[in-house]
Amino acid sequence: MSEKLLEVKNLKTSFRIKDDYYAAVDDVSLSVNKNEVLAIVGESGCGKSALAFSIMGLHNRAKIEGNIMFKNQDIANISPAKLNKLRGNNMGMIFQDPLTALNPLMEIGDQIGEALLLHNKDLSKEKRKDKVIQLLTKVGIPRPEHVYEQFPHELSGGMRQRVVIATAIANEPELLIADEPTTALDVTIQSQILDLIKELKDDMDAGIIMITHDLGVVAEMADRVAVMYAGQIVEVSDVYTLFESPLHPYTRSLFNSVPNTAEAQSKLHVIQGIVPSLQKLPREGCRFSARIPWVEESAHEEHPELHEVSPGHFVRCTCYKHFNFPDSSKEEQQHGIS
Amino acid sequence: MWKFSVRRILIMIPQIILLSILIFILAKMMPGDALSGMVDPNVSPERLEELRESLGWNDPWYVQYGDWVGGVVQGDLGQSFRFKMPVSEIVGQRIINTFWLSLATLIFTYLIAIPLGITSGRYNDSLLDQAITSYTYIGFATPLFIFALVMLWVFGFMLGWFPTSGSVSPGLEPGTFEYVMSKIYHLILPAIAMALITTVNTVQYLRSEIIDTKQKDFIITARAKGASESRVYNRHILRNSLLPLAAFFGFEITGLIGGTIFVENIFGYPGMGQLFLESITLRDYSVVTAVTLLFGIAAILGALLSDIILSLVDPRIRIK
Ligand SMILES: Nc1ncnc2c1ncn2[C@@H]1O[C@H](COP(=O)(O)OP(=O)(O)OP(=O)(O)O)[C@@H](O)[C@H]1O
Ligand SMILES: [Mg+2]
Repeated sequence: MSEKLLEVKNLKTSFRIKDDYYAAVDDVSLSVNKNEVLAIVGESGCGKSALAFSIMGLHNRAKIEGNIMFKNQDIANISPAKLNKLRGNNMGMIFQDPLTALNPLMEIGDQIGEALLLHNKDLSKEKRKDKVIQLLTKVGIPRPEHVYEQFPHELSGGMRQRVVIATAIANEPELLIADEPTTALDVTIQSQILDLIKELKDDMDAGIIMITHDLGVVAEMADRVAVMYAGQIVEVSDVYTLFESPLHPYTRSLFNSVPNTAEAQSKLHVIQGIVPSLQKLPREGCRFSARIPWVEESAHEEHPELHEVSPGHFVRCTCYKHFNFPDSSKEEQQHGIS
Repeated sequence: MWKFSVRRILIMIPQIILLSILIFILAKMMPGDALSGMVDPNVSPERLEELRESLGWNDPWYVQYGDWVGGVVQGDLGQSFRFKMPVSEIVGQRIINTFWLSLATLIFTYLIAIPLGITSGRYNDSLLDQAITSYTYIGFATPLFIFALVMLWVFGFMLGWFPTSGSVSPGLEPGTFEYVMSKIYHLILPAIAMALITTVNTVQYLRSEIIDTKQKDFIITARAKGASESRVYNRHILRNSLLPLAAFFGFEITGLIGGTIFVENIFGYPGMGQLFLESITLRDYSVVTAVTLLFGIAAILGALLSDIILSLVDPRIRIK
């Protein structure tokens, strides 16, 4: 086993809405090793970004419970000054939306340079500029000297995402969190960006958390996968096992709801309903039960836990045993899946 | 940059022409004229009619407008019936007084607004913020002329800290140090009185800009780089929140014009605002039109200035 870089234990992140706290991330435990890509998948609103922000300590007014061990140091309970030494230096983050992630009034060069400046005060201005130009070249930006002096609004979305990436990797972080780094981009740029992230992993031996809801990205990038539903991890395993034998009904629905060309797109296997809003999340029992109403109640655990079904493969709740995910569209209709 | 400014200045021309036509028509629509205000029973109505005819007041409006504009362009704003001298001469000294009063008010406005707005926005929903917000509500609710009266009464009459009228002490030689100091001394109370009320707009504006900027994504990016909270504020939030104040500048000028009318009258400060009200009461219409025109031009210039400032500092609209 390679070296453990990050270990999150029983993380719970709650937001205050009116007078109550609601957990967007609930009892999440995960770990990332060096030179490993952990993919986190799950539909919109399941708490992926909230989890990433918690790890980076970027939540402003959230209640964070649990431990986040980064290189054996609990960064969930650490002074802001110490955290700032790690952020942007030992851990970097690529944000979901490149269009808003850059300061509109600051030159590109200064924005990337800020990451260098903050963690290396001795670097001279000229050296810093050289390094920024190098980074811009590395992320595949043509005419870096020119872009250095441009403002975000002068760049396309793909270029801006590259700038965001250049900023995140400026100090060669050991942990890189990429929050849907390619959703905002078109397909050709998407694969370039993924190649870039892979390269970083190999060059810097970094551990990477890759948040996405694109299973293609998972297949291409990930070593291990954690599937999130309603703030919880419902299944986690290495990527081969998960693709070969997904167990949790939610994971299986994810695979089936990806339209593949053979099975006509008219018959999408989608499980009923959508992920509930934060305030309406079920807090007791199996959170997924409402979306598979045909599975009898006794199939669920009262307090669903992650069970290790094979080494490194965990599934939450026992309902997967009783769940017959239809393979043909006929059964599908019988079970009332739309 | 030059192209933008030139284009922006060209837009002003139709604005000013429209403004002048409006003002002229409004002036003509006002009841009575300077002659009907002359209560001299020895002048017969026939004589008045003759006078009106000779002054061209019976011509169609566009002929009169043409005459008026022709004069204005050459710096001839007409003749004041009250002072029996050219309007341009009357306006000359007062416009300078009003300029200094406005400048002082602007300075106080920003001196008050920037620290209050920043504090209120940064620590929003704190006790301090609530206190500042309460002040802005009081400011919104208090009529400027009442507040100015109270200030005058307290600091001018009761405490005697400041002069109660005029723009300079009599008997001082212009250009001397004492003269300048006396001018400043006369400015301070009216400027502060006006600033305390008009600044509340700016405080609120800055507060909401900061609260808005605080939750922008690029602020999170800055934190993720490892920037300390103070750096995040100074480098990212403040800069991005202060910029829109430049756009607010034109609005500020318009507010000032309204303010000077009240404040100058209450503080007996010989400026355009005082002249304006006096001339209305005395139906000295050539002065009223001239002053209104100048106020209007000042507002248009203020908007121009804020656009140019913004184009200089905001890269998104900066034209290279
Ligand atoms: N600052 C916040 N305050 C209150 N609720 C929040 C906050 N941030 C996120 N949430 C809520 O937490 C839940 C999870 O949000 P999150 O952004 O983590 O979803 P996500 O999995 O990243 O979705 P997406 O794929 O759309 O990015 C959502 O219900 C969201 O509304
Ligand atoms: Mg997200």
